[in-house]
Amino acid sequence: MQKISREQLIDKAVSLLSNNTVEAVLGWKKGEFDYDVTPALFTSADKLAAEFVWDDFCGANFSKYLVKHTKKAEGKILVFLKPCDTYSFNQLLTEHRFDRDKVYAVGIPCDGMVDIDKIKTLCGEGIVAVDCTGDTLRVNTLYDDEKAINKEDVLAERCLHCKSKKHVAYDELLGEDGEVLASNRFDEIEKLEAMTPDERFAFWQNELSRCIRCNACRDVCPACTCEKCVFANPDSGVENKAAANSFEEKMFHIIRAFHVAGRCTDCGECSRVCPQNIPLHLLNRKFIKDINTFYGEYQAGAEVGSRAPLVDYTTEDVEPGEVFDRGDQDA
Amino acid sequence: MQIEEYKPLIVAFCCNWCSYAGADLAGNNRLAYPADVKIIRVPCSCRVNPMFILRAFQRGADGVIICGCHPGDCHYTSGNYFTRRRMAMLFSMLDFLGIERERTRVEWVSAAEGAKFAATMNDFAETVAALGENKRLEDLRCKK
Repeated sequence: MQKISREQLIDKAVSLLSNNTVEAVLGWKKGEFDYDVTPALFTSADKLAAEFVWDDFCGANFSKYLVKHTKKAEGKILVFLKPCDTYSFNQLLTEHRFDRDKVYAVGIPCDGMVDIDKIKTLCGEGIVAVDCTGDTLRVNTLYDDEKAINKEDVLAERCLHCKSKKHVAYDELLGEDGEVLASNRFDEIEKLEAMTPDERFAFWQNELSRCIRCNACRDVCPACTCEKCVFANPDSGVENKAAANSFEEKMFHIIRAFHVAGRCTDCGECSRVCPQNIPLHLLNRKFIKDINTFYGEYQAGAEVGSRAPLVDYTTEDVEPGEVFDRGDQDA
Repeated sequence: MQIEEYKPLIVAFCCNWCSYAGADLAGNNRLAYPADVKIIRVPCSCRVNPMFILRAFQRGADGVIICGCHPGDCHYTSGNYFTRRRMAMLFSMLDFLGIERERTRVEWVSAAEGAKFAATMNDFAETVAALGENKRLEDLRCKK
């Protein structure tokens, strides 16, 4: 259950639409099933009442959609932002990717999102409906009666390591603002760092070999907003197509993570959308951990206008060869 | 039948202003370094895109070394400072994926350091030879 109700959000959206403050609303809409909620643009109160969704499956981060929609829009666009989305919002503003004047941002509290795959493991296949309105999730499947499960057991991976419940950007806040949390998100990275190189190689070979190069991780990433992507270049030999061998899989994921290094806010969208459930956020998080260790604590998007670590330098930086020694000491 | 001795293929990205001239000096001074070091001249060490390094491995390199001016001496004032940060991040990531950390290196070689250039290349070639062929980032389609 979320702290704020669907009706409250619709009321807010309708009132802003009717007094012409905004011309459209970026929100979530039900997909084929209760659990595949998709982003949508609403322009009328009727549509909002019929299709708007706000529940435990509304994981999508809308910051990136603003780049496209503010370009087309004449007036303002209303966007609902969860705390972690506001970091991406700030990061995109820092990079001048959209016009702040064309956005009306409403911060909404988030109580964590759930992962449908975890629900499927508990309840099996054939899920027809999931009701998130109560204290527990009630799941209906084709085969069994209604099942009640605890939300804590099916919380999405990224929400287990939630870094902040505080909104860093908004025009208006619904509900109460939270705090920046002390997160244990680097534990997994440390576990991997403690392995031998052979074990790490086997781990990543196993994960990355599942990649089907659907590019969903790139398309959803709020930091990936280049109009022309290196992976869309026909001369590169690695444009949109299935990875031919293990080299291409590794190259794609190393370069993808490298391109957002220092700008990644760790929103976890890449892992959420991956149809093969590859823990892609671990690659991004490794860069964040290294940046924190070597160049000082940095949270992308925490404030507008901050300088990303990889476009900055000091004369006293660590030498590339020393990284391993210092990293080992640290771990 | 003679068994051919394994020789590592090494790609060295050398900046135009310092390290490439350093390699020149090494040659002028008749200092020996392995012939398997293939030098690619770049305008500045910060021209090296991480993709270049992965591409080199794909096409059969066993080791990749990037040489640039000493920090503070960059022809373009600050290029090598950016190289330093980028390569620190990239090498750490390669290590995180389990690719041997000895296969990549950054060295600062000035135009006056012909001896250092030769010594660096000899040392690096030896290290890479000890590791053997690059298997973890190879592309079989590019092998003969």
